[in-house]
Amino acid sequence: MIGRVALRKPRITWWAVWFMAPACVLFVALVLVPVVVAVWLSFVKWNGVGAQHFVGFSNWSQLFSDATAGASLERTGILVAASWVIQEPIAIALGIYIAGRQRHRAVLSALYFLPLLISGAGIGIMWQNILSPIGGGVQYIGAHVGVLGFLNSDWLGSTNLVFGTVVVLVAWEFIPFHTLLYQAGTRGIPSVLYEAASLDGISPLQRIRYITVPMLRNTIVTSSTLNVVGSLTIFDAIYTLTQGGPGQSTRVFALDQYIVGFNEMNFGYASVLAVVLGILGIVISLIIIRVTGFGRMRSQAEGI
Amino acid sequence: MKTASAPSVSRRVGSGTDRASSSRLAAPRAPSFLSPRTARRGLSLLLALLWLIFAIGPIYYMLIVSFEPQSSYLNSNPWFPTAGVTAANYSAVFAGGFGQYLLNSVITTVGTTILAVTVSLLAAHVIVRRTRGISAVIFRVFLVGLAVPIQALIIPLYVEVLRLGLYNTLLALIIPLSAFAIPLTVLILVNFLRDVPRELIDAAQIDGAGPIRQLTSLIIPVAKPAITTVAIYDALTAWNNFLFPLIFTQSSNVAVLPLAIFNFSGEHLIDIPAIMAAVFLSAAPLFVLYVGARRQIIGGLTAGFSR
Repeated sequence: MIGRVALRKPRITWWAVWFMAPACVLFVALVLVPVVVAVWLSFVKWNGVGAQHFVGFSNWSQLFSDATAGASLERTGILVAASWVIQEPIAIALGIYIAGRQRHRAVLSALYFLPLLISGAGIGIMWQNILSPIGGGVQYIGAHVGVLGFLNSDWLGSTNLVFGTVVVLVAWEFIPFHTLLYQAGTRGIPSVLYEAASLDGISPLQRIRYITVPMLRNTIVTSSTLNVVGSLTIFDAIYTLTQGGPGQSTRVFALDQYIVGFNEMNFGYASVLAVVLGILGIVISLIIIRVTGFGRMRSQAEGI
Repeated sequence: MKTASAPSVSRRVGSGTDRASSSRLAAPRAPSFLSPRTARRGLSLLLALLWLIFAIGPIYYMLIVSFEPQSSYLNSNPWFPTAGVTAANYSAVFAGGFGQYLLNSVITTVGTTILAVTVSLLAAHVIVRRTRGISAVIFRVFLVGLAVPIQALIIPLYVEVLRLGLYNTLLALIIPLSAFAIPLTVLILVNFLRDVPRELIDAAQIDGAGPIRQLTSLIIPVAKPAITTVAIYDALTAWNNFLFPLIFTQSSNVAVLPLAIFNFSGEHLIDIPAIMAAVFLSAAPLFVLYVGARRQIIGGLTAGFSR
């Protein structure tokens, strides 16, 4: 092993540099440099066109007196929590259900995943028209089916209802993906465990409670983390559905940052919001990598 | 599932002959449509079907409305139209330049996928061969990049795109999308290539194959499944991206589909059937691929995250 490495080392270097270079150039130029620039911009006043003026921490101190940013951060927090509470149990139940190999379950799973094929922008536009007060399909059902009369509401126009509408739309958008994760996770559970348990005579519900769910622990962690990051940074579907309105009632944090930056052309302060969003996202994502990827890769590296 | 439940059924039936045992044993002997097992399955299926209505109801609605005449749409039941079918909405969408947007989306998606997979494959090949030193450090930096949310970097990226003179071109989408695809693409390829036996590469080397020959005649054929999965993931991400075109492009001749349907819906506020036709068409290529290659698409969707 040592001899091989020593022999190969001088031969490998020249091509390794050239093989590495394109990925490194792209990554440094378009990911790492922007990270540094974002931090730099958070200390300047700039409208994107004129000169940049260094203003120290004044953008940052503005953050603490900015009621709009505070409210949007709070909204994002509620969205993250509501999404997790609603989506995870439904996705676990659906994932376990369609993990079964019966024909009707295979058909159901193929249909369940259809929403995954539509872009976030497409989802926002589609729902906007389904929920439209003029000729929208949901209001039509509310007006014509007695029991479902509550559906005849102004889901996007009422500041009381619209945030709930967004929570439901985000659930519609993301539950299929998490269901997919749980389906794969459930199928990965060794059947020996179930066979042993069935000899002990436990009921199917107990089987889910004491075998399936505990064995899905890693999937639950992965799914939850992706769920939290996804809700934290969600932009496309909400922007196309409501553009943050009516008023500011659906202006979540990623939208607030976009609006301050590109509608108000306040690049300095928007960068403060971006850095906050980035730090929140990175901290949560690092948890994913630690819990899933890193551990796995280290063990594989040791095997070589 | 079947093998797991079979013993429990036979055990219950077997002990059911003992009449003195608890009353719950009577249940399996009741008519099958009343047994708790049937009831439970029925309830699960009912809930599963309720979810199905919620999950695909909106897609059904979009498809149905997209074929309804604009004139009768407001006066009839939009869910079950009786006024007849029209393709006029689709003609309106094509007249609005859909062909151009489709082409832009295809160029962006193919360009991003080829660029991201090529540079990542080259890098992954080095990372796997040289597990120490600077390439290991670079790999770690890529992994940290996995965590950076795109949304947080749109202002610096916008500035950079302007300064590089890429603003309002498809390259303004392809280059940043590729850069952001690198971390996950490298990670998946590295995880796969690590399992390629070293002896194979050594043998190729002894046969006089240089690094490029090794890559084209050995690594790429062996890594085809991983390359396919990751290429699908990168392609789906590029196809559906909305934020970059929203910020980096302006004219309709470089608009990709997600942005084009957003603009279209802004211009046709009241023509809901036409908007629905536009949204449906923007996803139609993926629906077609899903029918033809569901396994691969699903694999791409969960790339790197399923366990």
